[in-house]
Amino acid sequence: MGCRVGNVENENIEIELLLKAIYMKYGYDFRNYSRASVKRRIKEVLGKSDLETISEVQHKILNDRVFFSVMLRHMSINVTEMFRDPSYYRILREKILPELSCLPYIKRWHAGCYSGEEVYSMAILLKEEGLYYKTMIYATDFDKEILEKAKRAIFPVENLKSYTNNYKKAGGLESFADYYFCKYEYALLDKSLKENILFSNHNLVTDGVFCEVDMIICRNVLIYFNRDLQNQVFKLFSDSLCKNGFLCLGSKETVRLSIHSKDFKDLVKEEKIYRKA
Amino acid sequence: MNHAFLETDKTYDAIVIGASAGGLDALRVILNQLPGDFVIPILIVLHRGKEKTLFFKRYFVDFCSSDIIEPEDKEAVKAGCIYFAPPDYHMMVEMDKTLSLSVDPPVNWSRPSIDVLFESAAEVYKEKLVGVILTGANKDGSVGFEKIKRLGGLLVVQDPATATASKMPRVAIEAVAVDCILTLHDIGVLLSGLIKS
Ligand SMILES: C[S@@+](CC[C@H](N)C(=O)[O-])C[C@H]1O[C@@H](n2cnc3c(N)ncnc32)[C@H](O)[C@@H]1O
Repeated sequence: MGCRVGNVENENIEIELLLKAIYMKYGYDFRNYSRASVKRRIKEVLGKSDLETISEVQHKILNDRVFFSVMLRHMSINVTEMFRDPSYYRILREKILPELSCLPYIKRWHAGCYSGEEVYSMAILLKEEGLYYKTMIYATDFDKEILEKAKRAIFPVENLKSYTNNYKKAGGLESFADYYFCKYEYALLDKSLKENILFSNHNLVTDGVFCEVDMIICRNVLIYFNRDLQNQVFKLFSDSLCKNGFLCLGSKETVRLSIHSKDFKDLVKEEKIYRKA
Repeated sequence: MNHAFLETDKTYDAIVIGASAGGLDALRVILNQLPGDFVIPILIVLHRGKEKTLFFKRYFVDFCSSDIIEPEDKEAVKAGCIYFAPPDYHMMVEMDKTLSLSVDPPVNWSRPSIDVLFESAAEVYKEKLVGVILTGANKDGSVGFEKIKRLGGLLVVQDPATATASKMPRVAIEAVAVDCILTLHDIGVLLSGLIKS
């Protein structure tokens, strides 16, 4: 048994070294990601390869750029939805957007936007509330491939049923079907939804402030970071928000445990909507 | 009930429990029996719907006096508390004994998944972990069970003959040499014995 526990320790050392190698060679820094989650992903990559150990993965990654991009792809596989957590969108509509409506121009930042579902949901909401025409949306992610997908705004039709459901629960004013048209087994979102969205590459770990915004939406990204990295990113958010700006996190994320908790006030506790202090 | 494995004075640092179909009632039976002043954390994955279930906490509150928590990300694991993985998130234990949540794809068609919790907890608590699998109609948990076993933890399974859905405990028993197969009541008795200081 001792030697098996030893295996776990060796594995943890190997993972530490692998993450360091990735950072030194390719500049992607996963060292302060949630370790349990990163480990799961790395072991999945290992399981799908013909390699035996994590050290072998490291060797291959250093010498094979293609293998690295396969791994990177796997490290950021995710799932997202339009209008995920409908109650959050409902609160935005009823409580938060009215406060923004008096601004002459609204700037918002979706950090870690993945394939865009969340960004387009917001665009629909802003349209229905008559605010979209004066809004600029910066949608960023560190995954370049996924950003290309987000720009296309094409989704499999089998998702439409649950999106339509979510849309209704989120207090949608129109018919969700007005926002897309179907072609074969895909749904294409209405072009006008894209007008004021700028998709761009930004790494929350290694890139800094790029503009000052009225609202930051970063949902289910920080759960992948450890507390130190969360602290670093909360500082980045605090520096990027204008006074009284809004911060929206995922339903199980919190600034409460961060050293920067004093930078933000609870606004809607259940929905994790904060306001910069 | 065979208490042989309890006769050593081995102590445990945490208990993980996985339950699926019929699990809410099964957990009630077990948690109801626990003493109010227990000294280690209990981490639970119960497969259930996506909805935010506020009623859910209330369901247990009448039955046990300890803290029932649906944790937020990176919350520290505290002794004497019972943690339920939130609906639609995986829950994992980190080496520093905080909890990480994730929206990674479902494992065994489940999110939260029992395997995801068990495997991460096994690495942290090693031989000081008790794993429990209760009623369920799928095979979630058995991979995590193997890992707990490999790292020296104790494995407890609900007797499939007494389970609302027998598949999950049965698959676990077939996959690994478990330490004991018990009724819900006896699991309650066993765990009560393990968690008193
Ligand atoms: C689970 S998805 C969340 C998607 C979306 N926000 C939602 O809630 O549906 C996590 C996203 O975070 C992105 N991400 C992870 N690390 C990042 C980093 N260092 N910088 C920017 N984005 C990152 C991933 O590429 C992925 O798109």
